[in-house]
Amino acid sequence: MTHTLAYDLSHLLGGIVLVLSFALLYQRRLMSVINIYALQAMTLTAAALWQGYSQGATELYVTAIITLAAKGIAIPVALHRIVRQLKLHRAVETALGVFPSMVLGVAFVALAVLVVLPTTAQSQTLSREDLALALSVVLLGLLMMITRRSALTQVIGFMSLENGLILAAIGITGLPLLVEIAVAFLILLAAIVFGVFFFRIRERFDSLDLSHLDVVGRTQL
Amino acid sequence: MTALFALIAELLHMALMLAAAPLLIGLLRKAEARLMGRAGPPILQPVRDLIRLVRKQPVIAENATWLFRAAPTVHFAAIAAAAALVPSFTLGMTTAPMSDLLVIGGLFALARCVLALAAMDIGTPFGGLGASREMTFGTFAEPALLLVVLTLSLIAGTTNLDAIATLLRDSSVGLRVSLGLAMLAIFAIAIAENARIPVDNPATHLELTMVHEAMTLEYSGRHLALLEMASWLKLLVWFTLIGTIFAPFAIGSAEYPLAWLSGLTAWALIVLALAGALALFESSIAKMRIFRVPEFLGVAVLLGLLAAIFLFVSQGFA
Repeated sequence: MTHTLAYDLSHLLGGIVLVLSFALLYQRRLMSVINIYALQAMTLTAAALWQGYSQGATELYVTAIITLAAKGIAIPVALHRIVRQLKLHRAVETALGVFPSMVLGVAFVALAVLVVLPTTAQSQTLSREDLALALSVVLLGLLMMITRRSALTQVIGFMSLENGLILAAIGITGLPLLVEIAVAFLILLAAIVFGVFFFRIRERFDSLDLSHLDVVGRTQL
Repeated sequence: MTALFALIAELLHMALMLAAAPLLIGLLRKAEARLMGRAGPPILQPVRDLIRLVRKQPVIAENATWLFRAAPTVHFAAIAAAAALVPSFTLGMTTAPMSDLLVIGGLFALARCVLALAAMDIGTPFGGLGASREMTFGTFAEPALLLVVLTLSLIAGTTNLDAIATLLRDSSVGLRVSLGLAMLAIFAIAIAENARIPVDNPATHLELTMVHEAMTLEYSGRHLALLEMASWLKLLVWFTLIGTIFAPFAIGSAEYPLAWLSGLTAWALIVLALAGALALFESSIAKMRIFRVPEFLGVAVLLGLLAAIFLFVSQGFA
């Protein structure tokens, strides 16, 4: 096992992204959740820059810039504005308690490790570990979408899931830039659509709690 | 000759730890007071407090048993033993073969149990309350510490602190995700073990919030002096432990006394940096509700678990 700086640093940045995913699950305040999401995106930017430098791949710099501009700055600012404009309740409402969801999160990380290790036994350690980290981030994003009540926190879960995808993408050498740009724009588009939805849901139910939607479905039956 | 140097290093180390513990607390209180816009007590105030307490006659409840009287001594002895085992400025001291992380954890557990028993001994409600809370926190902090030890021993192949620090200093283990996660976990454990904000507030005597203070409430005179000194020493031991594990780059070896100096400087810098970070952290957040503390420590357990899991990723399931 050789430990070069390239390996160490990218691995460490991946680890920070994962820890921030856990921080998203742990945090109980809406504003802090948004800030942690921004921090995660910035760490991802650093990871992309470092991978671009160590792989000598210039297109990863573009990925880094898109990540920083869209997810590190634009989306968090927009979410902050939405929270202020809709005068949302500042506490995160959970469908599952914080601690049980953390335990589930660790179980998911173990699952990711168990899945990635045998399937990538032949490949080099670098991509293997990065893949395990990235898959963990994706699973934690999914978990956050399931265990939060408010539409806003579910959307942040969705976007941190997408951070996991980018983390996987930058670890693989030679992924076409087109794919990443497409994903990034899809996310930006999704953010706009979500924003519109927030306003509509809010107008209708005076809250972003999606459990109200269940009631609507039942009364119409 | 080597044995002699090792012994001198050990004695110097113990003297240093005992002298630096009150100063560290004085510095910490001063820094926190300054951050909150107060002038704060002088840095030497803890030393003066100790002298004042030692001069005073201890008052003991009528129904106190021998346990109440013996507890401060045992508590202090356990922490002082832990202090002797954690290397500060040099490795390879006389106690190096004994400085096992599990032993250090066990000494902390012993100190905690003795104090909890003594708190319940005279039967005041506060003592029982503090003891029950302290043991609840311990139930979560100790497994977390064990998981961190597991992670370190997986990397180094031993639980001996001296050997782990030697390995981390000499070989290029490099930046590891596991070490980062273990460091986060150990920060949370250290905060809980030392009864700092957000787990406990060392400066309060408000019944709803105190944990450690509730246990020492009935003590006075030289007994209280021992307990206070023990809690200050414990903070320094934890700082030193964190520095030795995660930043052993400049720590010296016992057989080269000249390397002690650089080790000493590095140790002082690490302790000062940690004290500054703690002061900032404590003055920027509020104390947690008591029922959220297990959650906070549960996160430390999970981080320790994650650290171990990721070691399996990089080392395989060998």
